[in-house]
Amino acid sequence: MSKTKEIPIPDKILGYSQVRLDVDLTDGKISKSTLSNEFCRDWIGGYGFAAKILWDECPAGVDPLSPENVFLYAHGPFPATILPTSSKYGVFAKSPLTGMFGMAISSGSVGAQARRAGINMIVFKGKASELSYMVVDDDDYYIVPCPDLAGKGCWDTEEHIREEFQDQRLAVMSIGPAGERMSRMGCITNDRNRQAGRTGMGAVMGSKNLKAICFRGTKGVKVANPVEFYKLARKLIKVANGPATAKYRDLGTPSGITSYNKLGMFPIFNHREGTWEKIDDGTFTGDTLNNDWVVKKVACSQCSIACDHIAKIPKTHPHWPNLYASIDVELCYGFGTATGNSDWPTIFKCVQLCDDLGIDAISGGVSAAMACELYDLGLITKKDLGYELPFGSTVNLVKFTEEMILGKGFAGEIFGDGTKQAGIRLEEKGIKNASYYGMQIKGLELPAFDLHGMNSFAVGESVSIRGACHLRNGAYGLDAKGTFDRFSYDKPLERGKAIKELEDIYAIIDSYIVCKFTRGIYENDAEMAKVFELVTGIPVTDKFIQKRGDAIVNLSKCFNIREGWTRDDDHPPERFFKESHTRGPAKGVVLKEDGYQQLLSGYYEARGWDIKTGIPTDETLKSLGLDFVIGKLKPAGGKK
Amino acid sequence: MSKSGIKKRGGVVHQFIIVDPNLCTGCETCESVCSFVHDGEFNPINTRIHRVRIEPILNVALACQKCDDAPCVRSCPEKALEQDKQTGSIIVDDDKCNGCAFCIRACDFGVLSLHIQSQKALICDLCETMKDDYIDPERGERYPACIDVCPKEAISLKDVEQIGEEKRIDAVKRLFGDILKETEA
Repeated sequence: MSKTKEIPIPDKILGYSQVRLDVDLTDGKISKSTLSNEFCRDWIGGYGFAAKILWDECPAGVDPLSPENVFLYAHGPFPATILPTSSKYGVFAKSPLTGMFGMAISSGSVGAQARRAGINMIVFKGKASELSYMVVDDDDYYIVPCPDLAGKGCWDTEEHIREEFQDQRLAVMSIGPAGERMSRMGCITNDRNRQAGRTGMGAVMGSKNLKAICFRGTKGVKVANPVEFYKLARKLIKVANGPATAKYRDLGTPSGITSYNKLGMFPIFNHREGTWEKIDDGTFTGDTLNNDWVVKKVACSQCSIACDHIAKIPKTHPHWPNLYASIDVELCYGFGTATGNSDWPTIFKCVQLCDDLGIDAISGGVSAAMACELYDLGLITKKDLGYELPFGSTVNLVKFTEEMILGKGFAGEIFGDGTKQAGIRLEEKGIKNASYYGMQIKGLELPAFDLHGMNSFAVGESVSIRGACHLRNGAYGLDAKGTFDRFSYDKPLERGKAIKELEDIYAIIDSYIVCKFTRGIYENDAEMAKVFELVTGIPVTDKFIQKRGDAIVNLSKCFNIREGWTRDDDHPPERFFKESHTRGPAKGVVLKEDGYQQLLSGYYEARGWDIKTGIPTDETLKSLGLDFVIGKLKPAGGKK
Repeated sequence: MSKSGIKKRGGVVHQFIIVDPNLCTGCETCESVCSFVHDGEFNPINTRIHRVRIEPILNVALACQKCDDAPCVRSCPEKALEQDKQTGSIIVDDDKCNGCAFCIRACDFGVLSLHIQSQKALICDLCETMKDDYIDPERGERYPACIDVCPKEAISLKDVEQIGEEKRIDAVKRLFGDILKETEA
């Protein structure tokens, strides 16, 4: 790690508990070791820790749903402090949805409770002989068989375990029946409304017979420079409740429905369109949602923003009376615009099913949208499903969603593992080109952005390590804010550099781990580095954290290469190249293959990767201290 | 905490921490900061203000209500608790407190607890005992840290007269809103 030696490490670092637990679920053995000061400095936390551990310890080519896959819990140095949004944790493994680097981040009370219990990281291997949950109760670690919890939803599971402990503040991350049956979309739910949703981490828990992990901690957390940290944290709390985060607090992320619709980039009818008359006329907007349905905004532990918008279906509703669901823009897309549905209670019910029974609601919504389009085209029928499923379905969309989650009926059999598998399964049944309607990259379903006329983001979303994702580099901002001409293919290297710069700092945000919504509360990267120093005592600089972000992205990319990644995997769905919108600002626009490839090469060049293959050069790896990767990038052929 | 402009009732300032459940998001920042300004470390189990969340939407925090003839004081077999006549705050004599928890059982609001390390009773004293290091330099005096940090300004320090007055104004707006609208027009 020659390049990082200039950052000295004090004898004692704070913030981190530096405790790693190794849990072998097969034989029930739990052992404890210490994360070194250097490891903490160089890999920062969540995502960074995982990049290193998965590279070192996840067997190349492993079947993601086998006992040999490594399942990692990790957080950074900040949980339990009052740094805004610091109670976050990450889960990581080889993903059953993508066959590549799997990661999902959640919040609620888990990070803070785990930190107060004195944990920094847990590495799970093996498979329990029966359904079990893991308990971390301060220094007591144990595994409890729980066959009675089989088939229970996440909400019931959480309540049940909290009752057992007679502690309403026990942090519980659990899987529902979808995770238990190893749906590749399986998510992990905690604190009822918070999900580590993406890339099927719930399925990995299910494959290990691990129903839940619970944390309770009573240890105080000290920071390296308490007086200065308190001062800065108080400032950040105030800023985090100011203009920088207003859109997340007030209308919440659904404010984006209107603004993205104006840009022609809010996906409608499974990405056929980027605008909708129901948004134009105000029927389906963040304002309507908030004025008519949202009853409360709730915060995760230590969060000043409180983005969790709780919507309520009134008790007079004929189908789902008195139902509460946590709603954000992604769900207004998946179960709303993408399925052509503008009935709010239908969306709330679908979201509640996903959160409680345990699948990623983005992947679930996009899979439902694929089914609606296939139905619309007559490629699947009422005879297959047992009911009609046109765009705009309500009660039937809920029925479909429940079957998909539980793996029941045609919906479950075909769509129960996401769009990529649905495409493969339908093609096996003779429905040619079914995969075309699955809106995914690397197997992960697209978030709420259309890619027609989003040329920078087409690259940003496609190069994302975990598959289609807006949170690995946020490159949609480059198009939406007009940093680059979103319709042209000029300045490939400049765009690549801009994406890389964002991606490096996003990797640090995911390693700290704090919420992306607080990106704007720091004056600059130097202030982000400062807060790390005040908590840990390690005097890092903005340059240092940017470089570590670079190294973390590179190492997780190397994981993907070892699992068989090729340049073709960094590619948006074909639809964006072949079909254009019929209305709105991107009307008539399609992505051009040669233009896209030029921009992609520009990104590879900016990253110091071979511009043809997209594989990091030895020189780049050496400059980032990743010498240990060199010579080990031969694909293991494992993309399962 | 006897300041100008603060109303006394029979020589007693009856001010306490009030949290608005409409504004409270349940973020727990108050609990963390409470433990921090008293002990120098973040540990909400040692807080004197207690967040309660009842799913799906009820979030609020509670602290000492400064009851008259406080049950916690009466219940203490060691006579370790005493009510300050001026401020109404409950003062714990750590030398006398033996951690028996009778005060916790006596309190109708569940706002007492025992410090996880010292096992001495903890109760809100409006930050009279916070560490000097964490006094806001701009303010220059002790002030409840939870109020200062609450991101949603959901926490306030009020006396019973203020609370009644605010409630009455709300009620009148609700009941006689029509007249109010006329004056606005």
